Amino acid sequence: MYPFQFESAASEQDAIALLGANPDARFLAGGTTLVDLMKHDVERPARVVDINQLSLTTVEEIDGGGLRIGAMVRNSDLANHPLVRERYPVLSQALLAGASPQLRNMATTGGNLLQRARCQYFRDVANACNKREPGSGCSALHGINRIHAVLGTSEQCIATHPSDMAVALAALDAIVRVRGAGGERTIPLVDFHLMPHDRPDRETRLEHGELIVSVDVPPLPFAKRSLYIKVRDRASYAFTLASAAVALDVRDGVIRAARIALGGVATKPWRVPDAESALENTSADGAAFGRAAELALSGAVAREHNAFKIELAKRTLIRALTRAAAIA
Amino acid sequence: MSIDTTRRAESVGEPLDRVDGRLKVTGAATYAAEYPLHDVAHAVLITSSIAKGRVRRIETAAAERVPGILAILTPQNAPRLPGVQAGNTGARGPAARGAASMRVPTILQNDEVHYNGQPIGLIVADTLDHALAAHDVIRVDYAAEHPVLDMDTAPRNPPESVHPLGGARTFRLGDVDAGLGAAEVKVDHTYTTPLENHNPMEVHNTLAAWEGDRLTLYESTQGIFSVRNTVARQFGIAPENVRVIAHFTGGGFGSKGGAWSHETLAAMAAKRVGRPVKLMLTRRQMFGPTGGRPRTVQHVTLGAKRDGTLTAIRHYSTSNTSTLEDWIEPALSQTRMLYASPNIETQYDVVRINVGSPTFMRAPGESTGTFALESAMDELAYALGMDPIQLRLANYAEVDPENNHPWSSKSLRECYRVGAEKFGWGRRNMAPRTMRDGRWLVGYGLATATYPARTAPASTTARLLPDGRAVIVAGTQEIGCGTYTVMSQIAADALGVPPDRVTFELGETTMPETPASTGSVTAASTGSAVYQAANALKQKVVSMGLRPGESYESFIKRSGGQPIEVTISARPGPEQQQYSMHSFGAVFTEVRVDPDLALVRIPRIVTAHAVGKVLNLKTATSQIQGGVIWGIGMALLEETQIDPNNGRYLNADLAEYKVPVNADVGTIDVHFIDEHDPHVNAIGVKGAGEIGITGVAASIANAVYHATGKRVRDLPIRIEKIL
Repeated sequence: MYPFQFESAASEQDAIALLGANPDARFLAGGTTLVDLMKHDVERPARVVDINQLSLTTVEEIDGGGLRIGAMVRNSDLANHPLVRERYPVLSQALLAGASPQLRNMATTGGNLLQRARCQYFRDVANACNKREPGSGCSALHGINRIHAVLGTSEQCIATHPSDMAVALAALDAIVRVRGAGGERTIPLVDFHLMPHDRPDRETRLEHGELIVSVDVPPLPFAKRSLYIKVRDRASYAFTLASAAVALDVRDGVIRAARIALGGVATKPWRVPDAESALENTSADGAAFGRAAELALSGAVAREHNAFKIELAKRTLIRALTRAAAIA
Repeated sequence: MSIDTTRRAESVGEPLDRVDGRLKVTGAATYAAEYPLHDVAHAVLITSSIAKGRVRRIETAAAERVPGILAILTPQNAPRLPGVQAGNTGARGPAARGAASMRVPTILQNDEVHYNGQPIGLIVADTLDHALAAHDVIRVDYAAEHPVLDMDTAPRNPPESVHPLGGARTFRLGDVDAGLGAAEVKVDHTYTTPLENHNPMEVHNTLAAWEGDRLTLYESTQGIFSVRNTVARQFGIAPENVRVIAHFTGGGFGSKGGAWSHETLAAMAAKRVGRPVKLMLTRRQMFGPTGGRPRTVQHVTLGAKRDGTLTAIRHYSTSNTSTLEDWIEPALSQTRMLYASPNIETQYDVVRINVGSPTFMRAPGESTGTFALESAMDELAYALGMDPIQLRLANYAEVDPENNHPWSSKSLRECYRVGAEKFGWGRRNMAPRTMRDGRWLVGYGLATATYPARTAPASTTARLLPDGRAVIVAGTQEIGCGTYTVMSQIAADALGVPPDRVTFELGETTMPETPASTGSVTAASTGSAVYQAANALKQKVVSMGLRPGESYESFIKRSGGQPIEVTISARPGPEQQQYSMHSFGAVFTEVRVDPDLALVRIPRIVTAHAVGKVLNLKTATSQIQGGVIWGIGMALLEETQIDPNNGRYLNADLAEYKVPVNADVGTIDVHFIDEHDPHVNAIGVKGAGEIGITGVAASIANAVYHATGKRVRDLPIRIEKIL
């Protein structure tokens, strides 16, 4: 731990200006990632800008049955919001599968999108990590990599994206609204996070000085029967080994549309369009689900300790699709 | 209020609420780091980021410029402690052991690095923030060497010595090869258990203050006298000049049985800066500097006749230690005494690698050893096609096979019977994968629990106050077991007063000496001393003229108004050499396994234990439940990960070092067998602290086999092992 400057933002403009003025500044929302990493010297902001006074705390209906989720809506409030539970159970379930009640009470929607890797090598400065210190190497490649990703990896980084919420939002085609000094823009959630390639330190398309103001979830009527299944080492309070966010539109036993995203196995929330299109206009049965699972994991690359995740993710997806078909 | 001192009180055994419960839940119980000393300075450790080598230089110039920095201790500038022979830890053999047991490099007496995360320095500042800020700009220059980290390829050695807990390195009864030759059925497998770390809720803390050459340590410890003796020896001062205080300790589980390095470093720093110094370890520093369970590789061979009679038991255990000292996981004790077999052989080996020194961890030896032995017994039951309880009964040891001594008491048959009945063992269909509940595979598993019943010397003072209340004083520790409560109950019964008329005081080395709160000895040892002291006090008052039916208060009033006091020293009797003394139990587990996703759930565990007299049903039940929950963690979750290249502790926090959460724990139905042991000690207590975890991992692994047909011999049983 080391000295840093602490500022409290009174408005969105204020927050953007305070952050933009210092290239080593970070926003502080729920603090469930940032404070932890500061204690471990992994995050070393020169300035911390507290945005807890901002009024980005509402969930509002938008055109055609969608929701606009304020960036500062807490995970527990969002998970239990009646409209979320009714229209997007996958989102509610993903949120409740994450962290612990205490953490969910603090963690925010915007912060959750920006939470950083749980890779042990990233979180301990005694190890080499390209994400933390570009060019220093990746200790995980030849270390203990049981919790690491099998999809979207590079030789520079194999850290898994830790969010459950973002996996559901990826399946729901959510849109991230961000505001910077030059005004507002939108980024589709599936494009928001970056794969590591040769720059694992660059994790999102967010520019420095930009503030997430909301996450917009478009209407998706069949998401009423969506769900999230998460597999982890213990029954609660553990990060995902494999998860699936699934929504199926099934009519007369035939799948008209599918939304599938995977968690715990990839370097970003992992939407699988090939698996979705393979399911469209097929009958909702085990054979189709098995094919979709094979497609979803087709590009997977295993390391020494995480090969099981490939099979586990397939089975998790099949389980999720089977359940979704049963309630569709 | 008049007290009938002649009534037969019956506090012992009752589920009395903890007498310190209110203090704890209101935050009024004071733990080591919380004592409000004046002018306290704050210290943080500098730890190594290599696993083997030497510290060439610690660059402290930038750190010294941070405001409020009082001192930075390094291997170069730390005072040489008169009681420590520095520089000879490379030597092995008995002559080096005194120095080695002090873990010389970890108290800055030389520049060696033996594991990644080892203490190599200490920063002292006026505030914790300043100390942390200075820590941030410390740079260390190492002469690094290639560490030895892979236990499977490192050289295997006979240990220099084995702790008395574990017995001799090699034990041979009969002729195991002949026994195996005569066997009609054999099982022969290797079982492994991983590195684990204790992780009590309260981290290790020290608050050190000198007055002249007298040192006071407020300490989070299970052994105030043990810490006192080690620190006094190192500083070369008389033990009476070191006062250790621990009124409450937030769990220890073996990691706080004696001194590590932080006590000495805090005392060293306090002397250097002339102020009290507080050193609280971080959670990360609980991985390495304060011990843990070593990895074990255990090879078990069992031979039996078709009727289940064991013709031979062979159990070899290899565990890792550090390169600082030999500490051997005593995993073979139970194998020498649990089953009647004419031929038994056990042997320890050790592998020295660059990790922190291992130490006692709840049920040291029996927790890991019963996993191997009781898994192997289950495998033998399947090889024979015999019910696992029947197999165990067929080999029931009526005397201790190790030495032919009779048992002081043994109620294991009752444990099997009561446990099986409460659990519904009779509903079990023996073949694996034959019981289901919807998509869940159901498995029932069983294992035997056992732990030695030890009693050590202990002293106690018992005092009657003029108002008739009693104060009982013993230098023991409250580590969460309920010591304040059960000692009050024992004294109350002996004195014939209700427990709320008794105050029990503990946790200072100026009090009568008792053993460390380890190895399930406290209730038996200190409890016996408390019982004898309270009895002696009552006898004294009677001999002074207490009339039948007269209250203590009335007696003291008419006989001068002064407190009356006795101090006694209780010693274990000759029965210790005449009998074998052990607790026993049986652990029954039901698991549910999702066959597709390989999820293991444990809806219920039923235990039946015989631990001699139960002093307090509530705290004893808590002890067993706590042990069982830890057993669930051992079976399914716990493993300390070490990087294979640099030896760094990888999951050194409570998010990634996984222990069970509430959602992982189903019903734990605890039963105690009513057991009267006239030999074990004055109060018939065998202790319940350690036995709760023994057998649990095997019981769960056996249930997983029953559910899935998959035998997991390598803990923890994670998803990938049964997918």
